[in-house]
Amino acid sequence: MALLLTEEQTMLRDSVRGFLADHGPISQLRRLRDSRDPVGFSRDLWAQFADMGLTGLLVPEAFGGTGLGHVEAGLVMEEIGRNLTPSPFLATALLAASAIARAGSVDQKSTYLPTIASGKLIAAVAVDEGPKHRPHAIEMTAKRHGNGFVLDGAKAMVVDGHAADVMIVAARTSGTAGDKGGITLFLVNPKTAGTAIERTIMVDAHNSARVEFRGVAVDADAVLGDVDQGGDILAGVLNVGRAAVAAELVGVGEEAFSRSIAYLTERTQFGKTIGQFQALQHRAAHLYSELEITRSAVLKALQVLDDDFANATAFVAIAKARAGKSSTLAVQEAVQMHGGMGMTDAFDIGLFMKRARVAQELFGDFNFQAVALAQLKQY
Amino acid sequence: MPDLETFQRDARAWLEANCPPEMRTPPRNEEDRCWGGKRWKFESAAQRTWLERMVAKGWTVPEWPTAYGGGGLSREEAKVLRAEMRSLGCRSPLDSFGIWMLGPALLKYGSEEQKRHYLPQITRGEIRWCQGYSEPNAGSDLASLQTKAEDKGDHFLINGQKIWTSYADKADWIFCLVRTDPAAKKHEGISFLLFDMTSQGVSTKPILLISGKSPFCETFFDNVKVPKNQLVGTLNKGWDIAKYLLTHERDMIGSMGDGGANRPLGQVAAQSLGTTAAGELADPMLRADIAHFEIDEAAFRMTMERAGDMMKAGQGNPAFSSVLKYYGTELNKRRHELLMSAGGTDALEWESDRSHNGARARNWLRTKANSIEGGTSEVQLNIVAKRILGLPDA
Repeated sequence: MALLLTEEQTMLRDSVRGFLADHGPISQLRRLRDSRDPVGFSRDLWAQFADMGLTGLLVPEAFGGTGLGHVEAGLVMEEIGRNLTPSPFLATALLAASAIARAGSVDQKSTYLPTIASGKLIAAVAVDEGPKHRPHAIEMTAKRHGNGFVLDGAKAMVVDGHAADVMIVAARTSGTAGDKGGITLFLVNPKTAGTAIERTIMVDAHNSARVEFRGVAVDADAVLGDVDQGGDILAGVLNVGRAAVAAELVGVGEEAFSRSIAYLTERTQFGKTIGQFQALQHRAAHLYSELEITRSAVLKALQVLDDDFANATAFVAIAKARAGKSSTLAVQEAVQMHGGMGMTDAFDIGLFMKRARVAQELFGDFNFQAVALAQLKQY
Repeated sequence: MPDLETFQRDARAWLEANCPPEMRTPPRNEEDRCWGGKRWKFESAAQRTWLERMVAKGWTVPEWPTAYGGGGLSREEAKVLRAEMRSLGCRSPLDSFGIWMLGPALLKYGSEEQKRHYLPQITRGEIRWCQGYSEPNAGSDLASLQTKAEDKGDHFLINGQKIWTSYADKADWIFCLVRTDPAAKKHEGISFLLFDMTSQGVSTKPILLISGKSPFCETFFDNVKVPKNQLVGTLNKGWDIAKYLLTHERDMIGSMGDGGANRPLGQVAAQSLGTTAAGELADPMLRADIAHFEIDEAAFRMTMERAGDMMKAGQGNPAFSSVLKYYGTELNKRRHELLMSAGGTDALEWESDRSHNGARARNWLRTKANSIEGGTSEVQLNIVAKRILGLPDA
């Protein structure tokens, strides 16, 4: 397969690009941030996502979705990144939909997938417990009780946690923190007694929450997949998340970059446009190279997720590592090249830097991915 | 695509049956690579067999037309073939400036007669070519070259000097940039000539480098006569050919950043440094550097693949080869710094059997030229800034 977008994919990208530029621009993020909007994303926009078939992008057609692939998911994420659009797309349409479509029972699929596809259900995935992404370090427990389980523990960095109608929660049914086995995934209604949700206002004004579970009782049919076998499902879901966020970072980095290039050709100092200075030209050319090389790695990872899902981990690690690194460079250079203007809240460039900082942390930063790769390659 | 799958199966079976086992180990040094040419001495029977079998298939140049000795493969098939060769660890049967640089230029600018004469010799490795580009006063500013070719009726008369001519002392023929109109602007008076290195008046002098080796020469032309049918393209329009060829040279040098058949760095380092009980490389900082490098290298390889696919689909920018040249050479330098670090003082032995006479150190030193030859990294960044990003001239 060529490492290029197909014609259909290019058309989808162009249509999403136009749509989000019109309906999910940065001004929307500012409005949500400045009004301290209780939801943190636009429900109107989410309804439009549903109309376009984007909410059910990873939902099989049998369950009301469009059954597209990860490359298409990445195209939407890239445009979300370009516009810094707050959207449940990542947590609901990608992470949760992927987990349920891959591991859910027929009942679970029938319950959740059609409502995800129709845009009526918001979902969140709760994995991390500390300040860094450590999926094997899960301490939260799920103890058998009667016919079901009782959950105890606390989750952090739960994207859209305060707005979710359902949460997929990773807890330990056996073993201890650090063990790869012994994880089970649960579908939890966040209104269940014992659940406490604290919305956390983040640096990038995107949604996140801390969630506490104290003696939260769930039925046996809340288990997603098999007991103790959630680690494998989770690994797949996290790969989807990493590749998706990598694609978002491509959009963040490239938009910050193209705004910087535009600024270099406008801004005049010493009687020249500053883009004439070789000191800046070389840095811009280097950054362009980094971004292009990252774009290849991200597209490759998305293609491999479509073609060979079980063997995508190394490709995804490479993509997420590269995306975090090069987009971070892009936003840092963007602020520096914009000079004092880049430091102002009125200018959008700082918002790109903030989102890149969060996104590169999400589902594992550069170091996490590099260690994962070294382990896969056995050194 | 079932056809491609059939091709893949057949290619693999053929390679397994025809690539001698000795040719399935990575080349340890320059001498392990087969460069061909009239004076080539095969280092082993296996090297000769491998070349002859690949020549018969047309697979020394899989994508060239069969009429000129190529394999006539589609880009997709050639990609599959390369992947199969990589996975079986097959060495390149023939390394050649004829294949990498002159051939593509002849395919685009040569006359039909020239193509039929020169290309098959290139595919068979019969003629070893060298590149007469740089001069003592024309390095990054290549277009200021001064070697002159005067029109003497039935021939050109060449006088001047080239420098950094790779393997000029081993080459049979040269493709050479010469000034044919000294009055014209510097880009407009240059022509592209081919001639025999055994011609009267050609002499070469190897240059000893920091690696202790002499891959480059000074090349002198003293009243060298060149028949006029050895001009490629139009008189005084050689700069277009020169630039076109440079993009191929950049791809070639840049592709060194694609580790390909090289042994994974993590394994090389583990061999000399050992591992912890957890199986991790004993030097955690070097482990991190290697992982970082491998991430970039893998992404670079994917970028070469994507760039090729884009060119094929007509979506490419020719200046993108400068990105590949810039990044690939910087990566190759990084690879060799890491190899030196992994080897520690063992890798510093210059004269010993243990170190194969300092092979690793000499290779490391050689890579420092990667970001200079074929246009420096700084020149590539200039090209990217202007031709891709559209930033204004100073």
